[in-house]
Amino acid sequence: MRDPARGEAPLVSIRDAHKRFGDVEVLKGVSLEVAKGEAICIIGPSGSGKSTLLRCINALVPLDAGTITVSGIEVTDPKLDKIVLRRRVGMVFQQYNLFPHRTALQNVMMAPVHVLRQDRREVEQRARELLRKVRLEGKEGAYPGELSGGQQQRVAIARSLCMQPEVMLFDEVTAALDPETVKEVLVTIRELAEEGMTCLLVTHEMGFAREVADHVYFTDRGVIVEHAPPAELFSAPRDPRTREFLGRIL
Amino acid sequence: MRPRPLPSGTDLPVLLPAADRLARRAAEERRLALPRVTLDARWGAAILVTVLLSAAAAQAQSAPGQESVLATIWKWTPLVGQGFLLNIAISVVAMTCGTLLGVLLGLAQISLLAPVRAGSWFLTQFFRNAPWLVLLFYCIFMLPYRVTIAGEVIEIPNWLRATLGLTLPVMANVSEIVRGAVQSLAKGQWEAAESLAFSRGQTLRMVILPQCLKRMLPPWMNLYAILIMSTPLASIVGVEEAMTLARGALNAERRGDLLIPVYGLLLLAFFVYCYPIARATRWLERRAQVRI
Ligand SMILES: Nc1ncnc2c1ncn2[C@@H]1O[C@H](COP(=O)(O)OP(=O)(O)O)[C@@H](O)[C@H]1O
Ligand SMILES: [Mg+2]
Repeated sequence: MRDPARGEAPLVSIRDAHKRFGDVEVLKGVSLEVAKGEAICIIGPSGSGKSTLLRCINALVPLDAGTITVSGIEVTDPKLDKIVLRRRVGMVFQQYNLFPHRTALQNVMMAPVHVLRQDRREVEQRARELLRKVRLEGKEGAYPGELSGGQQQRVAIARSLCMQPEVMLFDEVTAALDPETVKEVLVTIRELAEEGMTCLLVTHEMGFAREVADHVYFTDRGVIVEHAPPAELFSAPRDPRTREFLGRIL
Repeated sequence: MRPRPLPSGTDLPVLLPAADRLARRAAEERRLALPRVTLDARWGAAILVTVLLSAAAAQAQSAPGQESVLATIWKWTPLVGQGFLLNIAISVVAMTCGTLLGVLLGLAQISLLAPVRAGSWFLTQFFRNAPWLVLLFYCIFMLPYRVTIAGEVIEIPNWLRATLGLTLPVMANVSEIVRGAVQSLAKGQWEAAESLAFSRGQTLRMVILPQCLKRMLPPWMNLYAILIMSTPLASIVGVEEAMTLARGALNAERRGDLLIPVYGLLLLAFFVYCYPIARATRWLERRAQVRI
């Protein structure tokens, strides 16, 4: 496990985040910090606000109260330029959300070419490399509909990476996959984490969290119940809610 | 293998977006109150038989020495045919303008600005629910007969004003088609594009609308079929289209027994023109369903 550089300002910092949807208070004061190069996992029962928390980080969902900073950008600033923020934050969804009318290669190339306005040839080279990296060489011309779930999810990862983000958010990216294809996606993410990409992962794959995470956060009903390095959290959970959840899922 | 969480333990809303989308689409189709034009080849055959039988009956009853039914119909065909070309021209112009305006109005309906959304919604609902004939009358009688642009006096012919009258409902229906197609697209497409730092305009242009095109095509073609079949409405306000000219021909011949074959032929012309469109629409619809 890597030792995140101590003393440096955290790359992602969430302080006392509050969010409610109508009557439901989804985040009730969540705080966490992620150092550059660190991989953290967020676990917890369904509906505990994990997805909402990730969506707040790239401003897909506005926060009600509290602050979030990503690489020095104040996400909660009302004058925030969302485009600037989202160039630095990649996000991968449970449903892949590839653009079905574009090939795998085009999916990966679109944002760097049109948003970053980078040279098309340069982007294409990088996109092909990334597809090779996620083991999809030869699938460049395939449309999402022609790919398996695991393959689509790896295209989605390559698509995010091609923007060269500083942080990657993964929201239960294996939850919709067949058991056989889960592994190929997890391998890709692990490699990424090992290369030093800062990752925030929401996952139900406890074995994976144990292997990959530098730190694990357990959330329940909008609060972080406890957090610790994985060895500690998984073998000696302190809170009864954590114990109950782990007992149910493991 | 690692134990996987039970579906109840995780949020696996895998099916929710799909179910959601289907429900929305069903509701959408209920709301798109336009009838679906489904033309059956057998109806075409029935019309043809009716025309032939009624023409034969008219021939049998005609006085000796009178011009044959066939010759009479043949004599008028070029004129009525020209009228039919005007029907086509009206429909093409109304469809083109209505589509251009309708796309703008539809995009305004999904604007982030509430007043724009409300205004365009109102316009859409107003013109979609007004009877076509009323809109036609308004345009025929309220619009000026001529306009002066930069000192040039330009006459606005009757048929052009009628075309504008038909453009309005087309615009409103296209607006609804656009709005419906955009909103039927899974929300994940927006989120993915947004998280890749696309602006709203880029998201619409590169992600949303290209996917909507396929969905919009069948209802758009259906709308066209309805439009061409509504063009004879223009005869009520005196536009010299096929219907008006056919009536004129019948009046000139003073032969009541030609009523059925002549109008039957006109019906056949509309059928022959619309049939391929209706078939193509059905085919596209079915193909879209298989894809889902
Ligand atoms: N856009 C939204 N509008 C209303 N309620 C929402 C919205 N997004 C999430 N919620 C609600 O917030 C709660 C937390 O959701 P979520 O963050 O998806 O939890 P998790 O990812 O941990 O399962 C759920 O009860 C969900 O129904
Ligand atoms: Mg979730």
